Amino acid sequence: MSQEVISNVICTVCGCSCDHLQVTIDNDKIVKVKNACAMSSGKMLGYRNERTTQPMMKKGTTLKPTTYERAIDVTAKTIIKSSSPLFYGWSLTSNEAIAIGVDLAEETGGFFDNTTSTCHGPTILGVHEIGESSCTLGEIRHRADLVIYWGSNPVHAHPLHMSRYTVMSKGRFRKSRSDRKLIVVDVRKTDTAKLADVFIQLEPNNDYELMVALRAAVRGDEIEQETVAGVSIDKIEELAEMLINCEFGALFFGLGLTMSAGKSKNIEAALSLVTELNSKTKFVIMPMRGHFNVNGANNVTTWLTGYPYAVDFTQGFPRYNPGETSAVDLLARGECDSALIVASDPISNFPYQAAKHLTSIPLITIDPHITPTTMCSNIILPSAHVGIETTGSTYRMDGVVLETRKLVDPPKGVKTDVEILSALLKRVKSLTR
Amino acid sequence: MEKEISIINAIVFDPLNNIEGEKLDVHIRNGKIVESVGRKARKINASGKTMMPGGVDIHSHIAGSKVNTGRLLRPEDHRKDVEIKTKHTHSGVGYSIPSTRTTGYRYAKMGYTTVFEPATPPLKTRHTHEELDSTPIIDKGCFPLLGNNWFIMEYLRDGRLDECAAFVAWMLKATKGYAIKIVDPGGVEVWGWGKFIKRLDDPIPNFDVTPREIVRGLCKVNKMLNLPHIIHVHTNNLGSPGNYQTTIETMDAVRDLADGKRPIIHITHVQFTGFSGSSWVNLGSGAPEIADYVNDHNHVSVDLGQVIFGDTTTMTADGPFQYFLHQLSGNKWVNLDVEAETGSGIVPFQYKRTNYVNAIQWGIGLELALLVKDPWRVFMTTDHPNGGPFTSYPKVIAWLMSKKAREKMISRINRTARRRLDLPNIDREYTLGEIATITRAAPAKSLTLMNKGHLGLGADADIAIYDLDPSKVDLENKPSTIRKAFKETLYTIKNGKIVSKQGQIAGNSYGNTFYTESQVSKNLEADLMKDIQSRFKDYYTIEFENYPISDGFLRNPAKINCKADV
Ligand SMILES: [Zn+2]
Repeated sequence: MSQEVISNVICTVCGCSCDHLQVTIDNDKIVKVKNACAMSSGKMLGYRNERTTQPMMKKGTTLKPTTYERAIDVTAKTIIKSSSPLFYGWSLTSNEAIAIGVDLAEETGGFFDNTTSTCHGPTILGVHEIGESSCTLGEIRHRADLVIYWGSNPVHAHPLHMSRYTVMSKGRFRKSRSDRKLIVVDVRKTDTAKLADVFIQLEPNNDYELMVALRAAVRGDEIEQETVAGVSIDKIEELAEMLINCEFGALFFGLGLTMSAGKSKNIEAALSLVTELNSKTKFVIMPMRGHFNVNGANNVTTWLTGYPYAVDFTQGFPRYNPGETSAVDLLARGECDSALIVASDPISNFPYQAAKHLTSIPLITIDPHITPTTMCSNIILPSAHVGIETTGSTYRMDGVVLETRKLVDPPKGVKTDVEILSALLKRVKSLTR
Repeated sequence: MEKEISIINAIVFDPLNNIEGEKLDVHIRNGKIVESVGRKARKINASGKTMMPGGVDIHSHIAGSKVNTGRLLRPEDHRKDVEIKTKHTHSGVGYSIPSTRTTGYRYAKMGYTTVFEPATPPLKTRHTHEELDSTPIIDKGCFPLLGNNWFIMEYLRDGRLDECAAFVAWMLKATKGYAIKIVDPGGVEVWGWGKFIKRLDDPIPNFDVTPREIVRGLCKVNKMLNLPHIIHVHTNNLGSPGNYQTTIETMDAVRDLADGKRPIIHITHVQFTGFSGSSWVNLGSGAPEIADYVNDHNHVSVDLGQVIFGDTTTMTADGPFQYFLHQLSGNKWVNLDVEAETGSGIVPFQYKRTNYVNAIQWGIGLELALLVKDPWRVFMTTDHPNGGPFTSYPKVIAWLMSKKAREKMISRINRTARRRLDLPNIDREYTLGEIATITRAAPAKSLTLMNKGHLGLGADADIAIYDLDPSKVDLENKPSTIRKAFKETLYTIKNGKIVSKQGQIAGNSYGNTFYTESQVSKNLEADLMKDIQSRFKDYYTIEFENYPISDGFLRNPAKINCKADV
């Protein structure tokens, strides 16, 4: 059997959407991956492990094999019967699948939410208030002479971010690492911080205070304290000078900023800082999105409903009130009387109350892998990996859309998210119309 | 199945076929207008009703990265305007940036059947097509932004016009785009550094090419490729007092390239670049000067970008202008620069009648429409949503058709603006035939959509029937009748199917997406590919092979083939 080498493969792990992978396929199996980070090769070489391959349905307390047709029929009937079904997940699947998911939630009058509500939800709330000065990653590669990572550790979470897009990349106007300054702000000295020209270690949960002080320093306002968030005023003012005097600055932030005390207040302060810096120089800001298509989930949901996540269709039109209509909050209040989870593991990731309610209602999961959520499910619908076993378009963290490829066949008989969801939508319509 | 329809006794306005208000029957079979149909054809009695070809909007921001970021920026915009799901239609939201389904339905209800998204960043055009594919009923297309593209600026700097043409052909093919869009030529590249340019002859730093050279170069390229539309230009200095001069200079920059057959440059939303004066205090309307130029030179067409008083969301590829507007208004601001290509910005905005500047802007758009004599070279737009949402078109039509309607608004605008505008002295009132020209026939002609914008044999059966009997109503004295009629058709027919009846959408069908392929010589193409690939990795953060949109990506692609001269 001859080997086949496929170039320019698009990675489907994090929001970097690296598209320069070289994958070797032998006998319909990926055997080698070049140019990838460890996370990516881990997925590319390990996609066959821990798979769900057989549709399963609970009889009594045990999961028994069934067919897709039967499982989809029961799923359709379950969500039709529900007064407020929840449709959750969506960050590890394609735009095409997400769009069908939104229609399904609309058709059945449920709630549609994606994993944003547990990661960059505060970022979006901040953007509603302030807006954002941003760009595609190539702009940063070409122009940025100053890069900040705040509460973000790309060395581990986005391993190729710095070499492809920021300080270590080669751009038109910045040729190498020595043309750029790297600033890291974090509560501990991360591996990214070790590479920094300037490392600012702040006290946990004081991001807001530091951000506000930095904004004041950028404006030239006098700050009365001697330290803010454990950082000396001298250092803050020195940092402000660096920001003002760069030609093109970029601030990347991670969950260390969105999930520390203050949440959307932190983000509003960061967005405001960057907006204001544009009166002195060029400055952009970007969240480090985690899942490969969480940005796609936000975008698709927005063009269909006007809102990026936490959409409530129970009144027949899209309504949006994160904190009330977001999955964790609904479940913690004991609302939603069935849930369809697509490519996500809320049982592991949600707070206890929310996860507990999930296990008490009919729970249906569409996922390529066995997870704690599939194990708690009443129905499991195995699915193919987007970008490995099926095609689909996805959004990079900066909104560049790429068409991922099918490299190998899914396990025998396993369907794609798009196939499963369209069959489900069709079944729902045939039962209700 | 309604394969055949006869529309009986309609009062027809079909300017491309020189029909103005004649009582006629029109027959439809298989989506086309035909000579006759069988006796079993469905009959629509349209006596006493006005019938026109389906509306064609040449410039409306309905899809893509900046539109969607505008939606995301403004939950407050949607909350006040919701659409409830029905048996036949999806739910959605408005107001100034409607969700995709709502966009399609609202256009169809007004009798519009073709809409072009006029500003797509090439690198993000997959996104634009995803949204266009999600927009029901209407036919559509998009114009890739090419006026700040690194390859293009370098080819023009080096005088490599053939390669530049081949590159543009490749770009249109790769992005499934329709026409060349130029926004603030060179100025958006400069904005990449947070800086501004002002003059047509200012060289762009690092590229050593001027806005004038970009406009002229792409105008030549457009001709070499025989593209269906002409260069579609948003000039430099948009939104600055005195910019009407830049507009005239830009039009004049290509005058010598005209061949007399048809316009060779389209200046879009000319209201925003029609400011006279030197500051906000003495701002005035440059519309009379621009209209004079347009009247004297047939190589130019324009569209309005009419301002509607009220709340809207401004969004353009003109990053520096949007920043300027953010500073001016203090409103929230989004900026989205795109590597090696372009940028964009978004700022919510409220046009107030009592505000001097906004009132002047309102006047500029109408003055232009009324002072440009040839309706085939001035198209009705609000530059949706920049001047106001497209759902305001009925208001604009009423202002154009009725001096009385204008006077009523003039009496309510800022007093100083009232004194400084020429508008109160303009008596012209558009006829229904002229309205049909500026809203469908002329834009269709400008886009060379041969089967659109008219009702001749073989045309696409895209039709709007309005509840309006011009023989019974004195239209210029009844602006409310005009507004009501154009707000909602009795029937909108798309490809021979009734898609909307008295505001009720019949269901979800999806129109075509037009794009252009201009074939250059094989040798030139091969040389170009080598050249692009040698630099592509240096310019972009994605691989060359992942850049072009694959053929199966669009729902209903409709390719327009052209033969290039190179
Ligand atoms: Zn526009």
